[in-house]
Amino acid sequence: MQTNKSKNSSATPKAAFYNRAEVRSVVFQAIVFLGLAYFFYTIYNNTLTNMEARGIRTGFGFMSQPAGFDILLSLIPFEATDSYGRTFFVGLLNTLLVSAISIVFATLLGFLVGVSRLSSNWLVSKVATVFVETFRNIPLLLQIFFWYFAVLATLPGVRDSISLADSIFVNVRGLSVPKIVWSDGASIVFYALIAAIAGAFFLSRWARKRQESTGQPFPTLWANLGLIIGLPFIAFLLMGLPASIEVPKLEGFGFKGGMTLIPELVALTVALSVYTAAFIAEAVRAGVQSVSHGQVEAAAALGLPSAKVLRFVTIPQALRVIVPPLNSQYQNLIKNSSLAMAIGYPDLVAVFMGSTLNQVGQAVEIVFMTMMVYLIINLTLSMFMNWYNARIKLVER
Amino acid sequence: MDNTFTPIEARKPPSSAIGPIAWMKESLFSSPVNTLLTVFFGYLIIRFVPPVIDWAFISANWVGTTQDECTKSGACWIFIKQWFSQLLYGSYPENLHWRVNLALIGLVAVVVLQFFLPQHLRRRVGWVSLLVYPLVSLWLMYGGFGLETVSTDKWGGFSLNILLAFAGILMSLPIGIIWALGRQSKMPFVRVVCISSIELFRGVPLITILFMGSVMLPLFFPAGVQLDKLMRAFIAITLFQSAYMAEVIRGGLQAIPKGQVEAANSLGLGYWKTMRLIVLPQALKISIPNIVNTFIALFKDTTLVLIIGLFEVLSTIQAALQNSNWLGGHHIEGYVFVAFVFWVFCYTMSRISVHIENKLNTGHSRS
Repeated sequence: MQTNKSKNSSATPKAAFYNRAEVRSVVFQAIVFLGLAYFFYTIYNNTLTNMEARGIRTGFGFMSQPAGFDILLSLIPFEATDSYGRTFFVGLLNTLLVSAISIVFATLLGFLVGVSRLSSNWLVSKVATVFVETFRNIPLLLQIFFWYFAVLATLPGVRDSISLADSIFVNVRGLSVPKIVWSDGASIVFYALIAAIAGAFFLSRWARKRQESTGQPFPTLWANLGLIIGLPFIAFLLMGLPASIEVPKLEGFGFKGGMTLIPELVALTVALSVYTAAFIAEAVRAGVQSVSHGQVEAAAALGLPSAKVLRFVTIPQALRVIVPPLNSQYQNLIKNSSLAMAIGYPDLVAVFMGSTLNQVGQAVEIVFMTMMVYLIINLTLSMFMNWYNARIKLVER
Repeated sequence: MDNTFTPIEARKPPSSAIGPIAWMKESLFSSPVNTLLTVFFGYLIIRFVPPVIDWAFISANWVGTTQDECTKSGACWIFIKQWFSQLLYGSYPENLHWRVNLALIGLVAVVVLQFFLPQHLRRRVGWVSLLVYPLVSLWLMYGGFGLETVSTDKWGGFSLNILLAFAGILMSLPIGIIWALGRQSKMPFVRVVCISSIELFRGVPLITILFMGSVMLPLFFPAGVQLDKLMRAFIAITLFQSAYMAEVIRGGLQAIPKGQVEAANSLGLGYWKTMRLIVLPQALKISIPNIVNTFIALFKDTTLVLIIGLFEVLSTIQAALQNSNWLGGHHIEGYVFVAFVFWVFCYTMSRISVHIENKLNTGHSRS
C-alpha cells in the first residue's frame, strides 16, 4: 500500500508553474496591492490638486485656532474664543454623555419589556409586543423628530411649567430638576463609596471561593448592597450632612438653580432609549427562550425555589445568548447618537463635522478624526463586552 | 364475536377550565401581582386608546383643501391629503408620475418573480431581472433615450426612499459577497484589506459616511468631474450597507460544513467553482432572513439622507410643516402618517423574513 501510494504521487506530473496555489496566491495579492496602491495614489493626487485649487489648507494647524462660535451644551468650560481643538472635546463629551444615559435607560427598559413579553399575563405580554413591534419598525430619525418637534415643542412655556412637587419642572426649554450641591467633606463620602465598592468586590470573591470549597452560601447580594449604601451613608452622617439640595426657581424668564436638561438632550435620550430598548427586548426574549425548559424543571426537582431557579439557572444561561446582540445594540446606539445633528444637540458630529468643518473647510482631516473616534469607542466597547462574554460563557471541558 | 373495545365517550373538561372566565382567570388574574398589572394596563388602555381613536378617526377632518377647514378637535388629515403627491413623488413633474409608478411596480414584480416563478425558470429569469431592472428603472426615472430627462434634484418623497434602499441592497450584495469571501481568504493581504474595509464602515455612523460622500468624495475625483448629490449619497449608503452585508454573508458561510468544500475539492472543482456552485448557493439561502433584516435597517436609514439635503419623505414633511399655508402645527399628523407608512413596510418585511426563516428551517427547531 505504502509503496504504491508513493509511487502514484511521484508519477503525478508536477502542476505547471502558473497553476501552483502558492504562486497564484502571490500573483493575485500583488495585483490587488498594485490596484489599491494605484487607486489610493490617484485619490491622493486628485485631492491635493483639488484642495490647492480651492485654497484648502492641510494639516492639523486649525486645531489651535479660535473657534468663534458658541455651543449650546458643554460639560467642560467653553467659550467662543476657545480653540477648534476644544470644540472636538466638547462634542466628544456630549456624545459620550447622551450615549451613556441612553444605554442605561435602554438596557433597563429593554430587559423589562423583554421579560414582559414572556409574562404569563396576556395583557402585559401583548402590550410589550406592541411596544417592540411599533418602535423597532419606525425610523429612528423620525422618532427623534417626533419627540422633539411634536412632543417637547408643544410643552407649555417657562411661566406655565408643569411642575411635580414644586421641584421638577417641565417646559418647552427643557427639564429642570433639583441639584445636589456638595459642600466641604463631601469628598470623604465619595472615598467611602469607592472603598465600599472595592470591599464589595473582594467580599464577593471571598464568598464565591468559600462556596466553591465548602458549599456554604453567603448572602452576597444583601451584604454588598448594605456595604455600598451603608458605608457612604455613615460617612455622610459623620461628616455632618455635607450636601444640600438646590431646587430650581422661576426667576425672570428662566429657571435659576437646579439642573436644566435641554430639550434636545431629552428628546434624543428618549428616542434612542426607546428605539434601542425594542431591539434589546427581542434579544432578552430570545435569550430567556433559549434556556430549555428541562433546565428549569430539573432545578425545581432539586428543590430550588423559583427565585433561585431564576438566579442560578435561567439568568446565567440566558446571559450567554443575550450578551453578543447586546454588544451590537450598544454599538448601534452610540453610532445612532450622531443623529443628534438633525435636532441640533451639539454632539461630536454636529459640533465638529458640522460647525467646525463649515468654518475650516478641511474635510479630509475632520471626517477622518470623527470616524476614528467612533471606531475607537466602538472597538473599546466591543473589547469590554467580549471580555464580559468570555467571563460568563460556558466553560467546556 | 363482537367484543371490540368501544371506549366511553370522553367527558367534557370541567366548566371551570374552559370558556372566557377560565381564560381570564388563567391569563389575567392568576396572582395578586398579575391582577394588579392587568388593572394598571387596563386603566392605561381605557384612558388613552379611545381618545387617540377619536382624534385619529372620529373627530378627524378628512374633507377640504386648506388648513382653515380643519377643526382643532381632531387630526387634520387634509394636510396629508394636500401634500400626498409631494410625499410620494417629491418634486417629480406631475405629468411624469407614471414613470415613477412604473418603476415601483417593476420593483414589486421583480421581487415577486423571485418567489413565485416555477423552479426551473426562477434561476435564469430571476438573475436576469435583477440585472436588467435597475437599468430599466434608472432609464424610467432619469429619462433619456426618448424620454424627457428629469434631473435627480427633482426626485424625492417616499419613492426615493424605496428606490435608494433597493438600489443600495442590490449594489451591496456583490460587494458584500466579495468582502465576506475575502475575509475568509487564506491570502493575508486580501484578508487584511477586506477586514479593515468591513470594520471601518461598520464601526462608524452612517452620517459620517454620508458626510464623507458629500464633502470628501468631490475632492477625490479629477477636477471637472461633477458627481451628482444623489449619486454621492448612493455611494455612501452602498459602502455602509456592504459592510453589514458582508457580515451577514459571513454568518452564512460559517454555517456551511467544511465537508462541503472538501467534497467539492475532491471532485476537482477550483476555488471559484466551489464557491459559485457549492458554497454560495447554500450560504446565501440561509442568509436570506438576515439579508431581509439588513434591508429593513437600510430602508429605515434612508431617511438619513435628509441631513445632506436630499428630499426624501421625512424632509418633505419637514418642508411641508414650514410651508406658510400650513403653519398650524401639524407635526403630529405628519410624523404619524410617515411613521405609519414606514411601519407597514417594515413590519410586513419582518413578517416575510420570519416566514422564510421558518420555511428554511427544515426540522431542527424544537418548539
